[in-house]
Amino acid sequence: MDQAAAKPKSNRKYSWQNIKKDFKKNKALFLMGLPTVAFFIIFCYIPMGGLLMAFENYKPNLGLLHSKFVGIANFQSFFQSIYFGRVLRNTIILSLLQLCIEFPFTILFALLLNELASQKYKRTVQTISYMPNFISMVVVAGIIVDFCSSDGAITSIVSLFTGSNQNLLSIPGYWRTIYVVSDLWQGVGFGSIIYVAALAGIDKSLYEAAEIDGANRAQRIWHITIPGIMGTIMIMLILRIGQMLSVGYEKTILMYNPQIYETADIISSFVYRKGLQESDYGYSTAVSLFNSVINFALLVISNGLSRKFTESSLF
Amino acid sequence: MAIRNKSVGSRIFDLINILFFAAVIVACIMPVWHVVCASFSDASWVLNQTGIIWRISGFNVNGYKLVFQNNSIWTGFANTIFYVVTGTLLSMLLTVMGAYAFSRKDFLWSNPVMFGISFTMMFSGGMIPSYILVTQTLHMYDSRLAMIIPTAMNAFNLIIIRTAMQNVPASLEESAMLDGAGRFTILFKIVLPLIKATLATVMLYMVVGQWNSWFNALIYLRTRTKFPLQLILREILITATDTAKSSGNTIDSSSISGDLTLYKQLIKYCTIVVSTVPMFIFYPFIQKYFESGVMIGAIKG
Repeated sequence: MDQAAAKPKSNRKYSWQNIKKDFKKNKALFLMGLPTVAFFIIFCYIPMGGLLMAFENYKPNLGLLHSKFVGIANFQSFFQSIYFGRVLRNTIILSLLQLCIEFPFTILFALLLNELASQKYKRTVQTISYMPNFISMVVVAGIIVDFCSSDGAITSIVSLFTGSNQNLLSIPGYWRTIYVVSDLWQGVGFGSIIYVAALAGIDKSLYEAAEIDGANRAQRIWHITIPGIMGTIMIMLILRIGQMLSVGYEKTILMYNPQIYETADIISSFVYRKGLQESDYGYSTAVSLFNSVINFALLVISNGLSRKFTESSLF
Repeated sequence: MAIRNKSVGSRIFDLINILFFAAVIVACIMPVWHVVCASFSDASWVLNQTGIIWRISGFNVNGYKLVFQNNSIWTGFANTIFYVVTGTLLSMLLTVMGAYAFSRKDFLWSNPVMFGISFTMMFSGGMIPSYILVTQTLHMYDSRLAMIIPTAMNAFNLIIIRTAMQNVPASLEESAMLDGAGRFTILFKIVLPLIKATLATVMLYMVVGQWNSWFNALIYLRTRTKFPLQLILREILITATDTAKSSGNTIDSSSISGDLTLYKQLIKYCTIVVSTVPMFIFYPFIQKYFESGVMIGAIKG
């Protein structure tokens, strides 16, 4: 009944007459909005149309419309190649490491920060720990390359245990550790901001009441602090799950090398290499589309979960 | 928190906690400290150090002299500043106008357009089709435009500014309209001054993003004189192209006694310092905007 009533109404809203009237009244808004619409059509929607090349043997000189259509051959050759297992495994492992190490560590960081008695010290820690976030990825990668080189600062510490001075970035077994540790260095402080803000929003009287009731410090943290930021944690967790397969390529592309492809190569770096370095456009677009579809599905699922459990959702 | 009677366990925890964050501070500063100290030290001493460098040995600025003699660094700086300024201005202008137009409830197309824009946050054509579009269709390969136009707008910034604009009381706009003000006047004279804090935050993120960006330059630019600083840095720091070669025309090796390979390591450190200092000078002043930026983003998310 409601729907039946709503439908003709919405039809009327976009009737020719209304459109004409709206155009006359809002000419200035049209003018302002036009570049935006043009931008998103050109730079977001046309590339989506360009995904067609995932089903083609795309040749730049023939263009999207005249390249040979090959159906799902590009996908088949990806799924059957040795790269499929490798890049998928590396992407998932790296993503899980981020989820299981970086995510909880950021929360722990905020919780411990909250327990500092001196506001001045807390402020100092915050200022300094946010700083690495603003150092450019190129510089961070440059420092890592330097520290992990055969006579680098970190290599010299590691060599005390292993006795080997080999460049750490040439050993596949170290890559994930380097990736996660440098992520922690760069991101934990800044990532904790959101939890620090949530912690500041907890009602102080709760702590006083708990203290009067005889709750010790651990109990107060467990029964007041953590429940107080649980909502924020859940939202962040769900957002994080939605990005499971979109591990960024910047750090990987900057630092990896053929010696460590075995653990370092991820979907996005593989797409970059195949597509832009080897100009295998159709194939790499197929790989990228495979990734995008999974990402999209994860995002929709996690958003659905979010709406169900936390009453907050992206869309 | 007013906690009076602290137990022994609680005090021990406090102490450990303070020490933990002291370690965090050291860990955050240590790599930066290493780089800064090394950059002012004697080149051969730096080359022979294997561990972490805690102090300056044989203070000198030879490395910096070499870095500043390198034309690539200067053109890189100039290009980066050009990309940051033009890119940010263009982004701001387009985003502000778009956000305003599609934040008006009386505009028939606001909701459908915003739906279309929001969708781009979840799904995109990806790297390759975008690359083909920019290089083949728009013919922007090796053009400075490729550094500015394709990244001029994104859904996230637009939504943040639009949300702020929606919170501006409609009555202000209505009374201005009665006074005969047009939409452009209202936007620039009334709405924008009221959301200055949000604009500043978004703008800072644009500036930092543009300053630090390198990937688009890597795939779209070929001519060295158009490279932004980060791409030059990548060459010097990572791809280990011979610094001496890339700056060979500009460095008269007799001006600095000694071999350029000796200075290679030192040059790396000096380059890091030179490229990062501008950010650090502004960092203390803009820190609070970054924090509020995270909060704005979080509320939206």
